Amino acid sequence: MRYSMRYFLNGRTLVLDSGLCNGCRRCEEVCPHAVFAVKNRKARVVNREACMECGACRMNCAAGAISVSSGVGCAAAVVSAMRRGDNSAASCGCG
Amino acid sequence: MAQCDCGKSALAPPLQPAPERRGRLSTRLTWRDIAGGFRVRCGFGRDNYRVAPGLYSIGTPGADSVVLVTANYKLTVDTVRRELAGLDAWLLILDTKGVNVWCAAGKGTFGTGELVRSIQASGLAQVVRHRQLVLPQLGATGVAAHEVKRATGFSVHYGPVRIRDISTYLAAKKKATPEMRRVTFNWKERLAVALVEITGRLRPALIALAALAALQLVSTGGITTHLAADAAPFLAALLTGGILVPLLLPWLPSRSFAVKGAVAGLPVVAVSLASIPMGRLEALGVGLLVTAITSYMALMFTGSTTFTNLSGVRLEVRRALPPIIAAAGAGAVLRIAGAFIR
Repeated sequence: MRYSMRYFLNGRTLVLDSGLCNGCRRCEEVCPHAVFAVKNRKARVVNREACMECGACRMNCAAGAISVSSGVGCAAAVVSAMRRGDNSAASCGCG
Repeated sequence: MAQCDCGKSALAPPLQPAPERRGRLSTRLTWRDIAGGFRVRCGFGRDNYRVAPGLYSIGTPGADSVVLVTANYKLTVDTVRRELAGLDAWLLILDTKGVNVWCAAGKGTFGTGELVRSIQASGLAQVVRHRQLVLPQLGATGVAAHEVKRATGFSVHYGPVRIRDISTYLAAKKKATPEMRRVTFNWKERLAVALVEITGRLRPALIALAALAALQLVSTGGITTHLAADAAPFLAALLTGGILVPLLLPWLPSRSFAVKGAVAGLPVVAVSLASIPMGRLEALGVGLLVTAITSYMALMFTGSTTFTNLSGVRLEVRRALPPIIAAAGAGAVLRIAGAFIR
């Protein structure tokens, strides 16, 4: 992907605890931006800047080694949540 | 109650046929499917374009055939079944309320709970001998594979991001190449999502046109063809923010979408001021309004991209929205004042 397809705070909240990682490779499998690479049965974050914090890795990490504050990066959803006065912006307005 | 028989009934085979066992799906689209797809891609009737959830067959699948899982947005189902031509497969369609896989996974409707429910409601365990499912990779945001395994015994394999890679993936014994796993956002994909967005702007655009007509009527006592010249900068702003910004996204400067939009609006302002005669106040008003529109529309496009994250969008909305609103407000006041003071 082109270098300018990057956004503010990309990957800032992604935390990987290699101590808990069992090398199952699920994170590598589900990540749509190739943020992880697994070597010697341990996952590593190799492309943090590409992380859009979708949460697929955390969701599928059976070892609980990944934490990330995820959500939909949509300004329309953020604005409508602000107008409703809730700060969670958990769901988007589409569909 | 004297005795409980819930343990027994859970093990007994179901007396009723599974409620979500469905028929055969064709892999060929009719002209109505194609017309419907075109319609929803333009943003019309998109919220209610769905297929009944359940287990469908593609070709003539047997007890060892692959089980693919997808969402019940009809455009998604149509895209999937067309790509499955020539294959014998089971297609388990989850009830995502008519929303595509990635968005539904973000909401959790394409999720662990719905997948487990759907496996049970369709009696999938009685239909196939194996215990393997192939899910679209982008469904992973909503599904915890290990929990599905624990609840149903079915192992989840995440297939390619794009369904057009499915036969290659299946032929390679469920191995995806790195390219199949990467989300892209090329100009065709950007244009496709931009068209949906711009349809949603038709109503505010008509309201703006009515406001311009009313302003002309009040300030000059009539409505003339000059209304076209009044509306032209705003129409250009709409097309710039709605189509040009998405197309030029990687080349517009800054990570900020609001800045990208404002930059794309500058040529619109320049051309408008150079080609349409206006007074100073009106020119300033048009300049501010056009910039606010292109900037706001670009900011709203964050939700259509494949790379923005929630905390970043929150940051940008907090920073960019106040100046956009201020520019729009000041622009509107100046544009109205300019119509009276020439």
